Amino acid sequence: MNFEELKDKADQEWNLLNDSPLPVIRVGTAMCGHASGAFRVIEELKSILSEKKIDAIIEEVGCLGLCYAEPLIDIKKQGQSRLFFNNVTTDSINTIVEEYLINNKIDTTSTLGYLGSEGPNFNEPDLNSLPGIALQERIALRNAGHTSPGDILQYIANGGYGGLHKALSSMEPSDVIDEVKNSGLRGRGGAAFPTGVKWSFLVGSSNPTKYILCNCEEGDPGAFNDKGILESDPHTLLEGLLIAGYATGASNGIVFIRHGHNGPINRTEEAIKQAKELGILGKNIFGSGFDFDIEVSLTGESYVAGEETALMEAVEGKRSMPRYRPPFPAAFGVWGKPSNINNVKSLSYTPEIVSKGAEWFSSIGVNKSTGTAIVCLSGDVNKPGLYEVPMGLTLKQVIDDLGGGMKEHQTLKLLQTGGPLGGVLGPDSTDIHIDFDEMRAAGAIFGSGGIIVGSNEVCAVDLTRILVAFCQFESCGKCFPCRLGMEHLLEIVERISNFESQDGDMDLMKSVGGTMEAGSLCGHGQLGFGPIRSAIPHFEKDFRSHIEDGICPTGSCNNPKIVPKNTRPYAQDFVVGVKND
Amino acid sequence: MPADNETLRKQIIEAIASQHRPTVTVLSSLLAIQDAIGYIPNEAIEEVAVQQDTTVNAVFGVASFYPNFRFTPPNNHSIEVCWGPTCHLEGSSNILQAVLDYLDLKEEGDTQDGEFSFRFNTCLGACSQAPVISLNHELFGKISPDESIKLIKEIKSSEPKHI
Repeated sequence: MNFEELKDKADQEWNLLNDSPLPVIRVGTAMCGHASGAFRVIEELKSILSEKKIDAIIEEVGCLGLCYAEPLIDIKKQGQSRLFFNNVTTDSINTIVEEYLINNKIDTTSTLGYLGSEGPNFNEPDLNSLPGIALQERIALRNAGHTSPGDILQYIANGGYGGLHKALSSMEPSDVIDEVKNSGLRGRGGAAFPTGVKWSFLVGSSNPTKYILCNCEEGDPGAFNDKGILESDPHTLLEGLLIAGYATGASNGIVFIRHGHNGPINRTEEAIKQAKELGILGKNIFGSGFDFDIEVSLTGESYVAGEETALMEAVEGKRSMPRYRPPFPAAFGVWGKPSNINNVKSLSYTPEIVSKGAEWFSSIGVNKSTGTAIVCLSGDVNKPGLYEVPMGLTLKQVIDDLGGGMKEHQTLKLLQTGGPLGGVLGPDSTDIHIDFDEMRAAGAIFGSGGIIVGSNEVCAVDLTRILVAFCQFESCGKCFPCRLGMEHLLEIVERISNFESQDGDMDLMKSVGGTMEAGSLCGHGQLGFGPIRSAIPHFEKDFRSHIEDGICPTGSCNNPKIVPKNTRPYAQDFVVGVKND
Repeated sequence: MPADNETLRKQIIEAIASQHRPTVTVLSSLLAIQDAIGYIPNEAIEEVAVQQDTTVNAVFGVASFYPNFRFTPPNNHSIEVCWGPTCHLEGSSNILQAVLDYLDLKEEGDTQDGEFSFRFNTCLGACSQAPVISLNHELFGKISPDESIKLIKEIKSSEPKHI
């Protein structure tokens, strides 16, 4: 089947679904839905429907961004708009079926809004008028919550694989790279390196086997946008990988996911299977002569496995420890072949960049930060969520408009951005814009998009201790300065939080941090001092009060708290009782 | 339940052979074995070393690096509590304390009665629902210490799901 025929078929099925005489019930089942009980609600829903002998189509979809409203369910009846119900429970689903599905009446206080050209079903608001939706401009997450991640035809009907088809049928690989370069797209994994430039490093190599790796290790606490894309719309990543493969002349793609994150793993593998069946992956894609294959590779639990050379070690089945560079991955990558590593988000933008053009993408955003920011908002706000917004919003807009403000009786004290190696900002930072360069200048990074909001009840020393404990826990142990330095830093921060600090502790931390920065191979050691360095200027009072007065201003350090310590063995160990033959 | 040696070896070889992803490595084999039988016995280290043409030391070096591998049979039910920064801000340390007290444990480990295996988790990936715990790999968000204990009591009477 050629692309046009495929598109026709997909459009037909999509129209049939949208005009189905049976009600279509969509349930958000990304990580946020899972944790709030969406699967238990689906189970209950299925049993109610079979008991009452009601026919309906149940679709598991991804995340609309409104994680606070999960489990979020919407029902579309023929000729009506989609009606959204928030925070559905195994109890309330019964009422929804009874009142809306059967009797077509509903207490509208239990609905969030409607979506569709048919207008409101009752007098509920337009979902698009909610600030959490209105402020969003969705590119990578354009289909999330709307299409079923398990159905490739729904993706194609919504313009999917159109970018790939355009690239293969009317663009040279160099045109694709130019398009991505001109769009100003910068890597969303944390380093913000221009994606098009990165791709061009791989073009020069004549090796017939070249890899495009996609990094969804995402061990960052506070970030869940990569997993969100894979769970909500895995095909946009596959299309991005295919476009990157065509542009760089690569032969294989590898999607790297942490073992245990079954939602993203299963949905990506299902998507790969469907794409292969339709000839979108494999040999001679769309008759263009371009061959490309994608597989999923799993890692054990290791944050450092998200570092590009450590990731390659893990793909090869080894300990995920970073390699020396040079040689750089573009010359000597996974299995010694030329490789290029991109974040899920960066790749997921490229189908739309190719379809709509570089100019369109670069018109969104500000300065040298083009496109959108995929913000994972969590912590002490009313409406935590996964919001894709144009770059350039202020942090105040993120907290107040997207996040619905601070929780009751709380005021803003701190923001932790860019993952555990990122930075901590104070309450005076809310005028800062989400812009890679502006945030870096302020001593934080936008990184992979996690923003954790802390209220006045949060002790800065306590939070710093958790961040340092995380970095200690996750140090891979290859470089002395990081392995020993993180332990040393944790010891000092624990001393401070236990009111047992010693003279010169603050200076000692700076000295240890400096050594780590100078003597570590990868970002984990180089930036491991980041949380402390950025917290001190904003919260010197908190630190001083612990050190000099023995008082925790919020009282949260008064009771000893459990902080896990790593037991990751640093050297190769022997198994007792096993002999090497 | 620990199987006898021959059955165990058979399960291990089957697990290694059943991998459906094209690239098979030491790490992928170990993950497949742990998925199948719940832990990495010494026999698994040996079999992976043979199949991957490497040494037992090299294989154990990989297995011991990743904290998700365990080397003894797990108990009936798994409990994981997230202690990442968001969960910490939302009160996960109280959950950790309550769960440890209930299980009569001081740190990660297995309860004496064979019911629960408890682990810390650095991030369960559902930060918007913090604090989050995982019981038999099902996530529960926005949860309190009391609710956590209640759910743990409930899964105790459910079918063992140790893998």
